[in-house]
Amino acid sequence: MPSHVTETQKEKFDKLDSFICQNKENPGSLIAVLQEAQNIFGYLPLEVQKKVATGLNIPVAEVYGVVTFYSFFTLEPKGEYEISVCLGTACYVKGSNLILDKIEKILGIKAGQCTDDGKFSINACRCIGACGLAPVITINQDVYGRLEPDEIPDILRKYREA
Amino acid sequence: MEIFRAHVLVCTGTDCAASNSVEIINTFNGSLIKHNLEKEIKVIRTDCFGACEDGPVVVVYPEGVTYYRVSLKDVEDIITEHLINGRFLSRLMVKRSEAEAELPVNVEETSFFKKQRRIALRNCGLIDPENIEEYIARDGYQGLAKALTTMKPADVINEVKISGLRGRGGGGFPTGNKWDFAAKQVNETKYVCCNADEGDPGAFMDRSILEGDPHSLIEAMALAAYAIGSKTGYVYVRAEYPTAVKRLKIAIAQAKEYGLLGQNILGTGFEFDMEIRLGAGAFVCGEETALLRSIEGKRGMPTPRPPFPAIKGLFGKPTILNNVETYANIPVIVHSGGAEFAKIGTDKSKGTKVFALGGKVNNVGLVEIPMGTTVREIVYDIGGGIPNDKAFKAVQTGGPSGGCIPANHLDTPIDYDNLIALGSMMGSGGMIVMDEDTCMVDIAKFFLEFTVEESCGKCAPCRIGTKRMLEILEKITSGKGELSDLDDLERLAVAIKAGSLCGLGQTAPNPVLSTLHYFKNEYISHVVDKKCECGVCKALTNFFIIADKCRKCGLCAKKCPVGCISGEVGKTVFEIDPAKCIKCGACEEACKFSAVIRK
Ligand SMILES: Cc1cc2nc3c(=O)[nH]c(=O)nc-3n(C[C@H](O)[C@H](O)[C@H](O)COP(=O)(O)O)c2cc1C
Ligand code: SF4
Ligand code: SF4
Ligand code: SF4
Ligand code: FES
Repeated sequence: MPSHVTETQKEKFDKLDSFICQNKENPGSLIAVLQEAQNIFGYLPLEVQKKVATGLNIPVAEVYGVVTFYSFFTLEPKGEYEISVCLGTACYVKGSNLILDKIEKILGIKAGQCTDDGKFSINACRCIGACGLAPVITINQDVYGRLEPDEIPDILRKYREA
Repeated sequence: MEIFRAHVLVCTGTDCAASNSVEIINTFNGSLIKHNLEKEIKVIRTDCFGACEDGPVVVVYPEGVTYYRVSLKDVEDIITEHLINGRFLSRLMVKRSEAEAELPVNVEETSFFKKQRRIALRNCGLIDPENIEEYIARDGYQGLAKALTTMKPADVINEVKISGLRGRGGGGFPTGNKWDFAAKQVNETKYVCCNADEGDPGAFMDRSILEGDPHSLIEAMALAAYAIGSKTGYVYVRAEYPTAVKRLKIAIAQAKEYGLLGQNILGTGFEFDMEIRLGAGAFVCGEETALLRSIEGKRGMPTPRPPFPAIKGLFGKPTILNNVETYANIPVIVHSGGAEFAKIGTDKSKGTKVFALGGKVNNVGLVEIPMGTTVREIVYDIGGGIPNDKAFKAVQTGGPSGGCIPANHLDTPIDYDNLIALGSMMGSGGMIVMDEDTCMVDIAKFFLEFTVEESCGKCAPCRIGTKRMLEILEKITSGKGELSDLDDLERLAVAIKAGSLCGLGQTAPNPVLSTLHYFKNEYISHVVDKKCECGVCKALTNFFIIADKCRKCGLCAKKCPVGCISGEVGKTVFEIDPAKCIKCGACEEACKFSAVIRK
């Protein structure tokens, strides 16, 4: 293991190890293992992918192929607060692109990126099944609906100060 | 089971939960204890009632009174007035849109529910999804018990055939026939799978069934397994639906505890168990062959058919795959008989269909209508029409594979074949209403952006062709379009449809073809007049300041990044120089008096 791995990193790898052991025999468990790995690490850097590959006894290339195929997996760390802006049809028709514009403008980053201080990242997502509240954004577990672009600064301030 | 004199149902669907319903439940519980009523009245968390626009929704049974937009401070009133004194709180009983109409007293009597017929959603919002006994109390697992004790597998398939049920996942393939193919395969191992990937970016009925009535899916998959001779099931759920996964897990554990899953089900020797697999955010995994590859833990790329999954599916074994809503109908069909089900609907489309009604319509939410209901009834009677007196333009069904239905076809009865004849399709059930402010060229572009991003890249017509189409649309919406572009769009569309391997590519051009067909005039005005009448396509829009409304505050000029707004604060009305304006919209956003408009 590389020397920069801290104690908590080691704990994370141990956690991943034990999950891999439990699921090794289950056919087709690669995606489930990667999901758990992303839960543990927040993203899937190469060293984690290598670990998964050795653990499940499959080539790293296959792991990488799966990671890059599915949009749920990310090779980059996400912000402390992940803002998901719904660009589903119902939200789009109700102007969610204007909400996204506003958030991008305030934070100075684009969808898919993370702010330099690691506080926020933006994710443009599809229908989260809350169309009744369109346009909708979620910030980690919190849902905000029936939004107007004007409301965005206040909402973001809450998290910035948190 | 304890008997309570009243039940308070609080919706904790995503919409309502977002507006505090969890705190409402806590407040109810605390308050009931204060009034010494906790043994008489039970507060139940339920899923979406389909009236999200007016959430959080609270329904009090036995009276069945619905309260809309309930806030924390209303809780005490509901308890003292309704539950102690027996008087309804009329002020909470009106929906926004019905404020002026007569007061409806029951959920079923509100205009939102009157034209509906709930089969797939029969339990959603009425039972506690985390309590199997409530499902059982509403005839749950009766169909399974009936099948295992009195029917042969072939009888079950026959009943499904008689019902005329067709797949609700989009294609509309007859479910009974699919099961029949799989049943005829001789193999020790067969699989029953459920498609809960729900990829249409404007649909959420499958999520609601999983969250609100997970046992109906379990019962149906057990029935399917019995019918085709399988012991193992997989439910493939989108990773974005954590509540659905949680409730399904609870339901599976309870079903096992009650001997309704596992070995020797109901003492009949029948064995069936199921597992959940999470998707990882790829639309193409809704396609059946791709979904099966994804359950196997691989990249979700479609494979050619034949062989069909019923012959060679998951791990190479005979497999059936059905949509969540398709399954939700099965227990009812087996329990009450296929003939009963076939009485509902049109000649070739039986039963009901759930739509996620959204967009520019007053009542947003899930609606379940008998096949044959017209688009007009859905938009106006159930949906309560278009907000702010705007004019109706179209509804879009079928998501990125579908098309739109314009005003002159509002009276078309909805069924599989009629929608296809109109150039749209049933799809999985997104129904988005668009009004005069929706630019149809922009909508076509929106859906193509979606397919370009989601194409798996396996075949060239889909991978490259959709990208070319999108580039043309971008050219048109940025004001550089030529008339020949419209012909190119059509030519590309034909080639992509013919040359793509899977349904994604084969249907990707539909939103463009359909808008070109019904709204050619909008394309022409973008291309020839360089105008977007709806003010959506920024490059084709001009910003103006209405002199009468301008209060001369100068805020817009401060915000304009190119300094093209002139005027003197407090003295003159401000003005935009259209030649320099880069159409960023900052002035419109800045003006507190709505003096800036786009035209
Ligand atoms: C690109 C694509 C996406 C699809 N997405 C879904 C989906 O999200 N949910 C679904 O049930 N079916 C979806 N389908 C249809 C499935 O391939 C399959 O036909 C369906 O799940 C079969 O079940 P049914 O007969 O009960 O409808 C999709 C098809 C294609 C081509
Ligand atoms: S049509 Fe598109 S999504 Fe389907 S297999 Fe071909 S490239 Fe992939
Ligand atoms: S912000 Fe509005 S009111 Fe103020 S000067 Fe500009 S247009 Fe006029
Ligand atoms: S749209 Fe932007 S560039 Fe044009 S006048 Fe307004 S602020 Fe200035
Ligand atoms: S489209 Fe945004 S929640 Fe459904």
